Amino acid sequence: MITWLQHYRIRLALHELRGGAGRALLLLHALAERAPQALPPEFESWPGPIHALDFTGHGASTVPRGGGYTCELLMADADHAVDHLGGATVVGRGLGAYIALLLAGGRPKPVRGAILLDGPGLAGGSALPGTPQILAADPAAVAPPDPLALVELSTDVRPPDYATAYVRQATHLSDLDAPVHVCAVERPQWLRAVVEEPGVRETTLDEALAHYAGVT
Amino acid sequence: MTGTPYPGARRPDRQRFVDSDGIRLAVWEWGDAGGIPLLMAHGGFDFAGTFDVFAPMLADAGYRVVSWDHRGHGDSEHSPLYSWHADLRDSLAVLNSITTAPIPMIGHSKGGAVLLQLCEARPHRVSRFVNIDGMPSRFPAPDVSDHERSRMRESEIASWLDRRRRSADLMRKPGTPAELAQRRGRMNPRLSDAWLRYLVSVGAREDADGWRWKLDPIMRPGGFGPWRPDWYLERLPGFPVPLLGILATVNEQMGWGTAKRDLEDRLPRNAELVEYPEAGHFIHIEHPRGVADLVLDFLS
Repeated sequence: MITWLQHYRIRLALHELRGGAGRALLLLHALAERAPQALPPEFESWPGPIHALDFTGHGASTVPRGGGYTCELLMADADHAVDHLGGATVVGRGLGAYIALLLAGGRPKPVRGAILLDGPGLAGGSALPGTPQILAADPAAVAPPDPLALVELSTDVRPPDYATAYVRQATHLSDLDAPVHVCAVERPQWLRAVVEEPGVRETTLDEALAHYAGVT
Repeated sequence: MTGTPYPGARRPDRQRFVDSDGIRLAVWEWGDAGGIPLLMAHGGFDFAGTFDVFAPMLADAGYRVVSWDHRGHGDSEHSPLYSWHADLRDSLAVLNSITTAPIPMIGHSKGGAVLLQLCEARPHRVSRFVNIDGMPSRFPAPDVSDHERSRMRESEIASWLDRRRRSADLMRKPGTPAELAQRRGRMNPRLSDAWLRYLVSVGAREDADGWRWKLDPIMRPGGFGPWRPDWYLERLPGFPVPLLGILATVNEQMGWGTAKRDLEDRLPRNAELVEYPEAGHFIHIEHPRGVADLVLDFLS
């Protein structure tokens, strides 16, 4: 079942993968992916309902003209879903893992834990800007996903101190003792800095799900 | 639209549209179509019509001045998304509609910063560059503690996210032309009421319930992201085209607050900075003749 959420000029698809009572688990896909059509077995242990969001330009959500993607925009996509669900534990793959971290810092109360998994787009562009570029879409690309989303969201700059600022906000303003769980093996610079912060735990997905299922 | 009369203001001689990945950009031209092409970029929350006094002075000196309304601004289309890279791509689309030869460029404020990056990414397309109060300065507020900065950032992000949540039915507030001019005056306190009224006649539209700025209602000042102005400064010594930076000397809300001393030790050989006396952020609007003369001298 799909719920449509309006984010300014974008219609976002929020897929219910499993119903139920209690706090929702919100799945955020990786770069160029889309929400899974069926519940992936690795999340079955979650006791509550499970939903998955298609980001702007991906899956069943609107593919806009003209590009203009940023990770902050995708954070606002995810915020619409968390608001609709009345709070959630957020688990993201790749690009979605970085977005889950941003939202944990941006909305430290309604986000009841962020779980960061490996996947395409985990690294982003680089820690510092490289050679100045003007980003253009691949004219031969098959959409969706939006080819401008692929180029803009795979070249964004992710300074380690920008990522850790979000961790610190999550840690200061959430009442969870560990608001971020990192299960990813790939360690781009921003994530190496994140795991050094208090309030961040390195663990397995099963342990992370069990941990957040146990907090109120 | 011709605009309410204002001394020296002249609407563009030609208007056309350029498509940038499906977004319709309004492009405006002053001067003889066979003149020397020159690309000009306005600042955030402005539109090409803010050059209606300044651009004709360059046009009368033989230039074909080409500017465009940034996406979501003026008569350009309101876009689904906005970003720095999208504006940069739009600037290249407009440049591609003019010529493949290198041409001079002028940018004010955010438009100056966007064109600065266009120069860095496509130096073979630019002959000389004038930046009007859009030069980066060093990262501010080194005395804010980590904790305070963290708290400050959280409230900024929450307020931005709240606005995105409420965005589905965002509309700009309607009013009379005088009210719109007054509201804009809060962001432009040094500009005369007559000029602000002129801008309303060009940059606003009349709906059934009153006048509204054409600007996309999702736009708002401020914001946050990973960008650091000092990244620009690191690359400034290698800036690839002759550069004239004209800096404001009176600080105001929309100003960039960049002083000559902030940049002097980073300047490449072909760059010069001029601090314009008694000028706020909108130097070319406060002193159009003086800035036009500086620019014409630099371009000659």
